[in-house]
Amino acid sequence: MKNSIFIIGLSILFAIAILSCRPQGPGVSATGDAASKVYVPPGEHDEFYNIVSGGFNGQVSVVGLPSGRTFKILPVFSVDPESGYGFSEETKPMLNTSHGFIPWDDLHHIAISTTDGVHDARWAFANANNTPRVARIDLTTFQTAEILEIPNSAGNHSSPFITENTEYVVAGTRFSVPYGEDADVDVPISTYKENFRGAITFISVDQESGEMDIAFQIDAPPFAYDLARGGKKVSGDWFFFSTYNTEQAHTLLEVNASQRDKDFIMAINWRKAEEYARQGRGEIIKAEYAHNIRDKNSHITTSTMKEEVLMLDPTELKDIMYFIPCPKSPHGCDVSPDGEYIVGSGKLAALIPVFSFSKMIEAIENEDFEGDVNGMPILNYESVLYGEVQRPGLGPLHTEFDGKGNAYTTMFVSSEVVMWDLKTLEVIDRAPTYYSVGHLMIPGGCTAEPHGKYLVAYNKITKDRYLPTGPELCHSAQLFDISNGRLELLLDFPTIGEPHYAEAFPASLIKDKQVRFYRIEDNTHPHVTKGPAQARVERDGKTVRVYMTSIRSHFRPDNIEGVFVGDTVYFHVTNLEQEWDIPHGFAIKGANNAEILIMPGETATLKWLPDRVGIFPFYCTDFCSALHQEMQGYIRISPAGSDVPLTFSTGE
Amino acid sequence: MKLLSFALTIILTFFLIACGGDQTERKTTERERPAQKEQAPDPRGIGPITQVELNEPLDPNMIRRGRAISDVKCATCHKYETEERLVGPGYLNLTNRRSPEWIMNMILNVDVMLDEDPIARKMLEECLVRMPNQNISEEEARDLLEFFRHIDEEHAGVRDQGVL
Repeated sequence: MKNSIFIIGLSILFAIAILSCRPQGPGVSATGDAASKVYVPPGEHDEFYNIVSGGFNGQVSVVGLPSGRTFKILPVFSVDPESGYGFSEETKPMLNTSHGFIPWDDLHHIAISTTDGVHDARWAFANANNTPRVARIDLTTFQTAEILEIPNSAGNHSSPFITENTEYVVAGTRFSVPYGEDADVDVPISTYKENFRGAITFISVDQESGEMDIAFQIDAPPFAYDLARGGKKVSGDWFFFSTYNTEQAHTLLEVNASQRDKDFIMAINWRKAEEYARQGRGEIIKAEYAHNIRDKNSHITTSTMKEEVLMLDPTELKDIMYFIPCPKSPHGCDVSPDGEYIVGSGKLAALIPVFSFSKMIEAIENEDFEGDVNGMPILNYESVLYGEVQRPGLGPLHTEFDGKGNAYTTMFVSSEVVMWDLKTLEVIDRAPTYYSVGHLMIPGGCTAEPHGKYLVAYNKITKDRYLPTGPELCHSAQLFDISNGRLELLLDFPTIGEPHYAEAFPASLIKDKQVRFYRIEDNTHPHVTKGPAQARVERDGKTVRVYMTSIRSHFRPDNIEGVFVGDTVYFHVTNLEQEWDIPHGFAIKGANNAEILIMPGETATLKWLPDRVGIFPFYCTDFCSALHQEMQGYIRISPAGSDVPLTFSTGE
Repeated sequence: MKLLSFALTIILTFFLIACGGDQTERKTTERERPAQKEQAPDPRGIGPITQVELNEPLDPNMIRRGRAISDVKCATCHKYETEERLVGPGYLNLTNRRSPEWIMNMILNVDVMLDEDPIARKMLEECLVRMPNQNISEEEARDLLEFFRHIDEEHAGVRDQGVL
């Protein structure tokens, strides 16, 4: 008896012991384990870099996944007083355009460079939506390396999508506009159909340097070009653009551009177009645009104005442009990893059409057309259609892929992400988003090799998800685990600006290639100060140039006299440090611009116009050592025309 | 009954240990504090350099290269022909006070030297600014050493007194 009680007791207690110590089962982990799935312990790194557009802040956020932590806000189309981007003499030309210096833009989409359709993460491209431009960001320095203005465009929304080997970046105009000489563009708005055009720009990318150049433009019909995707593998020679306002309305588009049952996905055979461009079978037209490049060694950006582009006419070059009917103002047009399926998301449609690339080619070969746009074929909808996802939700916008045969589409109106099977077109799972999701992103989810582990939904409305901060709230992002064949919410995290599109790739692609400092030996800045012996102040008429060094923790020179009201003073500050993560800052009282942050080995220039007599202090703004607070100096400003000699010193 | 209580105690103990064991296995992410080592200082310092071959006479090319490196990367903080401290100590008598190995290790492995070498740590207490790692190669550090030897030869009248 005693023995049997003992044995039963033993068994029960063992069972308790085992159960309580076992890892929790999958049933519980869906919710209870979410925190540990996004937890990156102190000192460890995230698995993915997530490069996120900043929308109306004109910048790019660098975020880690799965933690959702933001590491950097990197300035692209907007000035950044924190770093001096757009304020220093070296960076001002980066924001130059044919309209002059522009301190802001609206950055919507990111494209990470690919080889064979797979992320190589050499560069990130980003679009300026308002004053059309495309930027290239160097992912070894996380700095904007180049900005190219897009002429004949007005609203660069359908950009910067790329071909599978990053041969080209595209820029399709959201607003069609007239172009040409003054007489061509000074036309009544009501002559939209006759005079307005929709330019599609193909920007070539140098495979070594990454340098961009406008290879050619295609003179497309005056529709609104919304989004785009390059084909991959089987469809690698093609590019697909969604269009709306095929009604060609020029007022109250909310109503007038939503009249037709179907708009188009425009398919361009870019290989053929490239061939025609090489043969010069286009017209060189006048077009003014700026091309800005940052030099790797001097760190100076040079802005060059260009004057013409090669324009191809698709009504004459018969086999480069085709139209696929697509229900109700398609927004996203996304291409599956194998390149066979093109998913159109009619934002006012109650279904998602999936087109087949091989059927499209067949329809073109069989001339299976249902009409034309200015002589360019409209393919038969039924002939090109693979199938339709029925009742997916309301307001489909964007689709990404997990590489395991599933597609994921955001539904703006019904505020959810819907997972569906790319072959059977059946809905597998759906998850609510908080609230009103716009873009979504799976690491590598737009490439030939997605990493189908996480999905991030970028939401437009946040409401009650975080502590309230007055009328304006941050935009929320939501991270889902998609590794188990369903959508499991793991994390809400706040974002900076208004993220539109984003991409993510394995951190291992670039983590070990990061530039830690610039070699001072390689600095070719014309006003570099390589060592204290060269530290000096020079006057040339009313221009005063201060050749200054900074190193922990003093400036040379740090006492300057003989500078007058009315002079223009350039502080050329060289950071002599050769160690990772030791920038110095420079700020001077009364400067009407910003501070500058100077990276190790770099020279940066702050222009200052002394406006009154007095002693003006300057100091280092970036905490650099125990004696950082001592890193300071004075400049004496005397009345114009006084006879104070020009002197400078340190430690005297 | 006693037997049962005894068994219960043992099993509960096991239970506690089993679960406790899980706790102790949890990854600790706090950095181990380096023990304050109070051993006799190595006059060669700490770093990649264990033995320096000194040439005679001094090599003018090495001196020239060493001076050029110093002009760009070091001179904002070190004066050349004096012991007087600017941010760090002046160069004069450097090769008479320290071994060539210590000098090169200080340049090449400065962060470890400032944390662990007793002489370097004492100097940090005086100067309060950590000497930066200026990303200098072994060959460049050797050129700098030649430049320091040259300064001592010219301005102290004697050099290399720190050789072990």
